[in-house]
Amino acid sequence: MPQMKEGFKAGLAFTIPTLALGPSFGVLVEPVLGATAAILMSIFVFAGAAQFGSVTVLAAGGGVASAVSAGLLINGRFLPMGLAMAPALRGGPLRRAAEAQAMVDASWAIAQRGDGGFDREMMLGATIPQAACWWAGTAIGALGGSLIGDPRALGLDAMFPAFYLALLVYEMDLRVTGMSALLGAAIALCLVPIAPPGIPVVAASAAALLGLRQR
Amino acid sequence: MTAVWVTIGLLTVGTVAIKAAGPVALGGRDLPPRLNGVVARLAPALLSALVVVETFGHGHELAVDESAIGLLAAAAALAARLPIVVVVLIAAVVTALLRAL
Repeated sequence: MPQMKEGFKAGLAFTIPTLALGPSFGVLVEPVLGATAAILMSIFVFAGAAQFGSVTVLAAGGGVASAVSAGLLINGRFLPMGLAMAPALRGGPLRRAAEAQAMVDASWAIAQRGDGGFDREMMLGATIPQAACWWAGTAIGALGGSLIGDPRALGLDAMFPAFYLALLVYEMDLRVTGMSALLGAAIALCLVPIAPPGIPVVAASAAALLGLRQR
Repeated sequence: MTAVWVTIGLLTVGTVAIKAAGPVALGGRDLPPRLNGVVARLAPALLSALVVVETFGHGHELAVDESAIGLLAAAAALAARLPIVVVVLIAAVVTALLRAL
């Protein structure tokens, strides 16, 4: 499975921010959740931004309903991402549902073929190092405190946006899709001040409707 | 503590459902041809939204901090056609240096 190996290698490059963010999640949420729940949350929910979002609500004294909806709104982006990935997955409903669980932002982005299609093996391969580092990182932070210092001081929070920009510039045909990219960014920026976290990115997918005009 | 476990349980079920929805609903079928143009534009729209929200969004505030300069440096590296891993490292190094000043 050469594509899976290639995906694994591509995913490896993005374990650095994950290795940094995992422990900071563990350290930050341990007082709210306890170490066991923090680690199990990373294994089962397996979506960093949503985990941060919902625990932030709990820590601020919010109830279960608002904590869960904060997390699910942030994960709402996986709906359009799953639709785009769907034709690449295999098998019956159960297997397709299981394979879709491997989608994370970085592996989904890595699996792009540039023509709107996706490579399933690239996605699965790229998720393996991401998952290992997220789980191990959470455990290190929750059990052992921060060993790596402040991820912001190391500039690690700048890595993911730069990665997404690189994919946008290198992998997309911006002569065709550039208007949707600009419109998506504009929608997201306008919504950040007024919409709940997560909604700006979900709403940006509406910019893809420009594609209805052409084929 | 119960609230924590209920939150984790519901968030798990909801996230699994959201991720599975598209692939299960579409089955193995290709998308209707009319939608091909839309799907081809989903990735660019979502990627550019992630770029700006993660760079400029701080809760409900929009702000330009060191990571925005890091992103500019990454854009310059992209214009020079450097490999993706190098581009990403440049963004982190520039951001970290500015924060250390």
